[in-house]
Amino acid sequence: MTTALTRRRFLIGAGIVGGALVVGYAFSGNGENTARQRFQKAGPEGGVALNGWVRIDPDGRIAVALPRAEMGQGVSTSLPMLLAEELEADWRMVGFEQAPRDPLYVNREILVDGVPFVPWDDGVAAETMRWAYEKSASLLGLQATGGSTSVRDGYYAMRQAGAAAREMLRRAAAARWNVPLSSCIAENGTIRSGKKSARYGELAAEAAAIALPEPPRLKDPAQWRLLGHSPARLDIPAKVTGKARYGIDIRLPGMVFAAFRPVPVFGAEIAGLDDSAARAMPGVKKILAVPGGIAAVATTTWQAQQAVDAVEFTLSGGAEDLSSETLLETFSATAARWDGHVFREEGDIGTALAGGRKIRAEYRVPFLAHACMEPMNCTAWIHDGQLEIWAPNQSADLAAMVAGGIADIDNDKITVHTPYLGGGFGRRADMDYVEIAVTLAHAMPGTPVQVTYSREADMRHDRFRPAAVSLFEASIDEQGQPLGLRNSIAGPSVVKSFVGRLLPGPFITPDKTTAEGAFDKPYEFPALQVMHETVDTPVPCGFWRSVGHSYNAFFFESFMDEIAHAAGRDPLAFRLSLLKNFPRHRALLEKLADGWNAPKAPGTGRGIALHDSFGSIVAQMVELYRPDEQAPIRIAKITVAVDCGYALHPQTVIRQMESGVIFALSAALHGEITIADGQIEQENFPDYEMIRMADAPPIEVHILNSGARLGGIGEPGTPPLAPALANALFDLTGRRIRRMPFGDVFGYA
Amino acid sequence: MIEIIVNGKRHSLDASPDMPLLWALRDILSLTGTKFGCGIGACGACTVHVDGAAVRSCSFTLDEARGRQITTIEGLQQNGRLHPLQAAWIAEQVPQCGYCQSGMIMASAALLADNPAADDNAIDKNITNICRCGTYGHIRKAIHRAAREMS
Repeated sequence: MTTALTRRRFLIGAGIVGGALVVGYAFSGNGENTARQRFQKAGPEGGVALNGWVRIDPDGRIAVALPRAEMGQGVSTSLPMLLAEELEADWRMVGFEQAPRDPLYVNREILVDGVPFVPWDDGVAAETMRWAYEKSASLLGLQATGGSTSVRDGYYAMRQAGAAAREMLRRAAAARWNVPLSSCIAENGTIRSGKKSARYGELAAEAAAIALPEPPRLKDPAQWRLLGHSPARLDIPAKVTGKARYGIDIRLPGMVFAAFRPVPVFGAEIAGLDDSAARAMPGVKKILAVPGGIAAVATTTWQAQQAVDAVEFTLSGGAEDLSSETLLETFSATAARWDGHVFREEGDIGTALAGGRKIRAEYRVPFLAHACMEPMNCTAWIHDGQLEIWAPNQSADLAAMVAGGIADIDNDKITVHTPYLGGGFGRRADMDYVEIAVTLAHAMPGTPVQVTYSREADMRHDRFRPAAVSLFEASIDEQGQPLGLRNSIAGPSVVKSFVGRLLPGPFITPDKTTAEGAFDKPYEFPALQVMHETVDTPVPCGFWRSVGHSYNAFFFESFMDEIAHAAGRDPLAFRLSLLKNFPRHRALLEKLADGWNAPKAPGTGRGIALHDSFGSIVAQMVELYRPDEQAPIRIAKITVAVDCGYALHPQTVIRQMESGVIFALSAALHGEITIADGQIEQENFPDYEMIRMADAPPIEVHILNSGARLGGIGEPGTPPLAPALANALFDLTGRRIRRMPFGDVFGYA
Repeated sequence: MIEIIVNGKRHSLDASPDMPLLWALRDILSLTGTKFGCGIGACGACTVHVDGAAVRSCSFTLDEARGRQITTIEGLQQNGRLHPLQAAWIAEQVPQCGYCQSGMIMASAALLADNPAADDNAIDKNITNICRCGTYGHIRKAIHRAAREMS
């Protein structure tokens, strides 16, 4: 990363914390220390918040405000670690509490990845746009979890907060003992000076009154005790005893339960309904039209499910002729026109493709559902002029915005609680479940209402990973050197669909996510052109773990393999030859080279893929085994090499790589949402199958700490798997896979 | 009224005999450690023990549960001590989002009770629950670890 960018980030972080610990600096506008006060009030009597991020409780426990949702990615441990490192806290005393909504906790990083520039472009235009996007994120006030940004975003702010608190404690000790500040050492939850020592809890009240004259200095990473290690996750004990509370587990006095049945045809409206049978069912309290369908409210979820299924309705309008097969044909024809938005153009592609040997291929992927294990749900309660929401969500601010509009309640009278998320994967950035719960709570003021989607509703009322088609043309010379490559992608835009549903105003700029993972590949082709044409469809599309990378990596890295084989080159060596200026990428491939070049036993095949996303680079090798031609093909092993700059909690990096691989493997082998007559054809796990224990291959992860700017880790493990797997299949069988899913090749139905 | 015994405690429920046990546990008894995942017995998130055997409670009616010994994740600890599988789950740092893990642990506990030396084949065959975070490799390790502890 550039020095300018580092310094700017540092200054923003310092401004927040160093500004006399008056948080909300430049963002809240009123200069009030609201987050700090709120965090203090949320704790026990006698607890002292030293800023909006950290509170020291009377029993000596350190409570860290968690600004992001814990959805499995481990932020409830890694973010407190950042703070505890600088605070010199006793890690055994550190815990976390979900932060309330406050401008302090805005995610500044989340829009930065959205700029349509290649990640290594640090020119003025790219940097200006990144700065503008970061600024917008601050001003928009998006307290959001996604885009693999949580640790990147917290990296400065949370360390600064810990350092500021540490300095306040040191100054408090120096004043109390009347000793020089320089003699006061912070270590393991204690300040010492000579023979004097005091625990943080004893100094907290005095420290709270201290205003720091300057931003605190951060530790030299060489002095880190916690970061770079893998302490046990703070959320795990509650997750093995059934005590962890997910959104679906919220229980309130007098609460009623609701079920949701979506309108089955995209864009259709309910013309008439007969709910007489449903209303007569035991326990049923209400049947109501809600955004996207109808809902039934009853004494238990099961009764509500029975009732909502008993409602009879007729539909009008809607895209009743829509089929995914036709849509894919439309995308294919669109891609073949070669007139989409050009995201990247280098060299003279026309001339390059006029000579040499031509290679051409078309790739396709289907729509996908998220299928979080915890179905979408939300609890809402309107009482005393206030609205309280418990929503497993990826953006508390969007939840409040949507809820306020429906219940006509001011934003400052809305409290959003974010319990544990039973999976997110981008699905919970959408707010349909909040709309439904608040609509019901609004109709039943004073009564807490919890709506839980059935698995069928969850699958059919998803915001889908878009289907897409990608067309490639490349040419190689007689020596097998590539002359040029052009790529035309077509399909829906996630951001356009999302903004259209949730945010005011039209979406006008090209959606970078449609072409990410294609236009920003590092390979040094003499000529390169990448374009994407957005095709609007009635199918709502949403963020799905790694977004555009989830399909463009499959397209691009499979086609790279095709070029290598057409040129008679080794796929790994071929990639290396096109990465002369990319030492981090080369290092990852070289890490896999020993395994790649090892002698191959009969009946085995290997495939490789390399992909950048969310600031990190991942290379994967898949090894397949088939004892004889009649036997099913098995995945023997998957090897991952990852460079995310620096692994702050190495076990979490490893687990996220494994998680990304299994998630991608489910999609590669089984994932397919199809549409016929305007309706989603899948509805539950038997027809939208997942990888299970017996199919989960061994995964080996290697971390390369390059020291480059921090990258994300929640998503980058996902994109390279499908192409590495498809390339391995080609190696083993000679059959080129150009469509997902391809579980049939492995003998799955 | 339907009588069921959950974690050693007797409950009289005023509910339909057709109601799946899952919803009685969650919505009537507020034992929310047992999770809803699919409603058709396909994912295993709702696994509990009925007379010691692993049962998917979304597809097991109150009528079938009448008078039988039901154990949920909340009842797996004995005398305040974690079950060896729960301890192994912590030692191996298994959960990510954690939503499926109650069901995974209950399914694994039933497996080890039946087959204390369960090998990889037995694990593949018996642990058919879905984990979207992909923690399978660590679940396998944790089961082996608990089996060693229990032997």
